[in-house]
Amino acid sequence: MKNIWTLARLTLREAIRRRIVLTGVVLGLIFLTFFSVGFHFVYISASAEVPTSGETVTNLMKNEFVNMIMLAGLYAVTFLSAAMGALLGADTLSGEIISGTIQTVVAKPIRRSDVVFGKWLGYALLLAGYSFLMSGGTVISVRLITGFTPQDILPGVTLIYLEAVLIMTISLTFSSFLSGLATGGVVFGMYGLSFIGGWVEQIGSVLHNETAVQVGIVTSLLIPSESLWRRAAFEMQSPISAALGMSPFGTISVPSPLMIGYAIIYLIGMLMMAVSIFNHRDL
Amino acid sequence: MTTPAIRTEDLRKEFGDKVAVKGLTLQVEQGEVFGFLGPNGAGKTTSIKMLLGLVAPTSGAAFLLGAPIGDRASLARVGFLPEHFRFQEWLTAHEFLELHGELFGMSASDLKRRRDELLERVGLADFRHKQLRTFSKGMLQRIGLAQALMNRPALVFLDEPTSGLDPVGRRLVRDIIHELREEGTSVFLNSHLLSEIEITCNRVAFIKHGEVIRVMEMSALNQNISMLTIRASGLTPEVVAGLRQWGDDLRLDTDQVTMTIRGETDLPEINRFLVEQKVQVFAFTPNRLSLEEVFIETLGQDGVQ
Repeated sequence: MKNIWTLARLTLREAIRRRIVLTGVVLGLIFLTFFSVGFHFVYISASAEVPTSGETVTNLMKNEFVNMIMLAGLYAVTFLSAAMGALLGADTLSGEIISGTIQTVVAKPIRRSDVVFGKWLGYALLLAGYSFLMSGGTVISVRLITGFTPQDILPGVTLIYLEAVLIMTISLTFSSFLSGLATGGVVFGMYGLSFIGGWVEQIGSVLHNETAVQVGIVTSLLIPSESLWRRAAFEMQSPISAALGMSPFGTISVPSPLMIGYAIIYLIGMLMMAVSIFNHRDL
Repeated sequence: MTTPAIRTEDLRKEFGDKVAVKGLTLQVEQGEVFGFLGPNGAGKTTSIKMLLGLVAPTSGAAFLLGAPIGDRASLARVGFLPEHFRFQEWLTAHEFLELHGELFGMSASDLKRRRDELLERVGLADFRHKQLRTFSKGMLQRIGLAQALMNRPALVFLDEPTSGLDPVGRRLVRDIIHELREEGTSVFLNSHLLSEIEITCNRVAFIKHGEVIRVMEMSALNQNISMLTIRASGLTPEVVAGLRQWGDDLRLDTDQVTMTIRGETDLPEINRFLVEQKVQVFAFTPNRLSLEEVFIETLGQDGVQ
């Protein structure tokens, strides 16, 4: 355990010293600034156009609108966190194997799995900071501008974080036997597949096309990242939009808790695979 | 009988259909400075990597300090400076040594003491708070050497430890190896600089195609004296004729004689003869075979083939 923590700290220190943290925070703040300013003006003009009569209906419509914009912001956060996860994991093992940095580390009295777990833990902590800062920032800026808070924020943002960790883990695993660039290609390809699969499932669900739904489920089994987002959106969307049907950033075909369980098992399986590949590889 | 520092039995490594190490069998005793010589591509670095558990052997067996390779308790007593030393360059010298000390499982107080001691020893104490990316190649090699010695190892692997160093740096490494030898540490030295090997090692192994083809005590070099050069005035024809009793193959260039002799035992007699003949001797130089000559004789001109 001590070695895992030593290597996790090393990973965090590397991210800080190589300005990965700084870049992430600066870009994150830029995103949040644009999101809040844009949202502020959209909200002002939208509020002006809503008729003043029938206050209950107005409030309902307003909340729906706000909820949708917030989910759009969180969708962007999900993508950015997942991309961050993919990039962090992509070059880590492969890069150190190629450069040879790994040699003096692995020749120490430690397990090779300590290296994989240490890196994974370090990146998982980094992503926690990034993902919660971004989704927290989005939710807070919506609240400051409109006074609106969605339901079930905590499960929602946790699922967004889990998606980033999942993508990072997949990236780390591929990086144990592919080059950094190839890993990046594979992981973004898988992410894209998952994205498309998610939409096929949603549309199929609206059209009551069973085959399309099945295709979506199969892609979710291949890579369950998009299911995590759809479950997160489901947790945070208003009951009305859930009842009304499809919205661009809401969700209709809701992944079951079983799918979330599957995603966690998938993540653990990926991590074990990374350990196994790294254990057997010549350095 | 003590446990050997390194023992390998027919250690073999294939990468696909390429045989990198054919069958390495050797033994290094504790406290010995052992040179590992061979042309490029002879499998030296792969052999070291197998011993350290970085590369899995295809077949064969090896033991470090009595334990099979990969044993963590024995790795805690082993130090390693790799050939292409690339380190965590975003760390400062202090942090770098602390990291490696922690990975060796050293206690915090011992680690700090050893860190300061080694930075001083490799001449980098003034750079302790500088990040490694600001270091020159030679400085990196020195901090890498310090890293390999953090745990006061019983056995150190040095893969080309002087390749990036200037003469002063090389001298430092040589002195450190001497100190290690005096402390009883075994050193496994892979170097192309034969003069370094010649000065520092007790024994050397010549390897080719991943096989040991000859193991030689360094002291054997001194017993192989075959040439003598004498620079002197008063080398009269009588003196030269007298010298021929030790060796027929003799060449005279004004004030210098170069001759083939039978061995070291001839030297005192020749010396006595010159003194008796009242020859003014300015230089009396027995030329032993250099390690380089032995290297080429053993491994061939072309090295790899």
